Amino acid sequence: MADALLPPEFSALEPFVEDWCLDSEPERYAKRLSSSMDEIQEFYDATMPRAEEAIQYLDKLPLDDLPEDAFRLLKLLYSLILMSFPVEIWKQPYIPDTGTAEFALKIEPVP
Amino acid sequence: MTKNPKNLKIPKQAARQYPKPPEGSWTEHCPELDTDPISYENSISPEFFELEREAVFKRAWLNVGRVEQLRRKGSFFTKEIPGLKTSLIIVRGKDDKIRAFHNVCRHRGNKLVWNDHPAEEVSGTCRQFACKYHGWTYDLEGKLNFILQEGEFFGIDKADYPLVSVHCDVWKGFIFVNFAEQPEKSLDEFLGPMITAIDYPFEKLTQRYYYRGDIRSNWKIFHDAFQEFYHPPILHGHQNPVMRQADYKDQGFYTSHFQVDGPHRVGSTSGGAGGKLIPEFYNPIEQVMRSGLFGPWDPSEIVGDELPAGLNPGNKDNWGLDSFQIFPNFAIVFWETGWYLTYHYWPVAHDRLLFEANAYFTPPRNVRERLAQQLGIATIKEYALEDCGTLEATQMGLESRVVTSFPLGDQEFMCRHLNKMINNWVDDYKRSRAEG
Ligand code: FES
Ligand SMILES: [Fe+2]
Repeated sequence: MADALLPPEFSALEPFVEDWCLDSEPERYAKRLSSSMDEIQEFYDATMPRAEEAIQYLDKLPLDDLPEDAFRLLKLLYSLILMSFPVEIWKQPYIPDTGTAEFALKIEPVP
Repeated sequence: MTKNPKNLKIPKQAARQYPKPPEGSWTEHCPELDTDPISYENSISPEFFELEREAVFKRAWLNVGRVEQLRRKGSFFTKEIPGLKTSLIIVRGKDDKIRAFHNVCRHRGNKLVWNDHPAEEVSGTCRQFACKYHGWTYDLEGKLNFILQEGEFFGIDKADYPLVSVHCDVWKGFIFVNFAEQPEKSLDEFLGPMITAIDYPFEKLTQRYYYRGDIRSNWKIFHDAFQEFYHPPILHGHQNPVMRQADYKDQGFYTSHFQVDGPHRVGSTSGGAGGKLIPEFYNPIEQVMRSGLFGPWDPSEIVGDELPAGLNPGNKDNWGLDSFQIFPNFAIVFWETGWYLTYHYWPVAHDRLLFEANAYFTPPRNVRERLAQQLGIATIKEYALEDCGTLEATQMGLESRVVTSFPLGDQEFMCRHLNKMINNWVDDYKRSRAEG
């Protein structure tokens, strides 16, 4: 299983890796704005119930030296955080009443 | 106790929980302020903007970053100051001293340090600065070191052409510059006792997130939304079940303490929102990540029995945060679970600003802490973008000049104070210019 995308316990989430494992906040935010609510909801519904379990799994690993599959799982959780707002609050990808204002994360820690 | 001449009508419970000063209100407690409606002409007038940059931004100490951005000798970063049409090089010298220079080559004025895009900020480490145009080089102390074909220049002495330096000083790791030829006050005198009393372990909070936004409103109009807690239950009221509580919707929100020192000010509010209420008050993601608008729910390793000196200046029970506003355009917000935020409001034009928000945490020890920080900073964006949209709309409303006088409540004390301080500095500048 050396080429598994995610830790084996989380293989059910592998179909989401290609679209939702993103490296930076601007990429995640662009993904949010370019996705339909159905796509966001599907991702949220798949990952949210596994979030606590994923945190517990990742918590046992060294944060500064995560294996690749674990890092992908963590990136899915970063996307889950950003996609929670459309699902839990706005019922749409875009924050209402924000016009054309831009506010982007330029520096963020890795991992 | 003197009676309250303006007869504010505070609900009994709030009056008990959030007592006002003896004068009856925070506004009347401040000798420099009156309670009259105010004008925002200073936020819509291009002429005022020109005055303001001379009177305020070329006279006050301005924060441009932190020492952690300059780890080693030779570390540098450039800082664009759009409203002053200037760019700075901030550099740690061989002697470990931090200096600031205008980012302009003395030969024919090329911008000295930049990469790929001349308007973008850069950082790095180097031994000297070499101009991309004709190769003149400067050392880390700003001295001109090398002129290509020096013999072709007429009676030139390199000592006469150093980089143009800018006054630069450091308080608690915050790097400040001052564009005055001779600053009227040292940095410590300028910051004053309320700010310099803060003894916070900034150096331990090295996990940094940096947001930046280009927004179409005056910098003060934008700043105001980040120095009053009157709007969140309304403008941001849909975002968080905490704010959907009946208290907030019916009674609004009360700041527990306001204080000023010179042109600087602080507002403190109560805390306890992070995770201490029933689960229904939190969004599902907040419950999983144990974090939200107030940042991580669990205290970071810097949180001890005692608050760092200078925080909670009103010595209130149930302290949640201090929002220090350092004149003119810099704010530091300290949160009870042991992290802090900074805001910078850089004027670009009378109707435009560059907004910067930095969040600083202790380095996370595990994934759970990392995710709690991530949700905290993600939430900041959801709120800030709502502010951005609304403040562009406010700018439009003001620029119509249909209404020219605006009533501010006691909860908007800090907005009134900023407005007054700006007008004072500009008046003072006009007076000194008239006296010549
Ligand atoms: S402008 Fe810099 S070397 Fe000529
Ligand atoms: Fe706001």
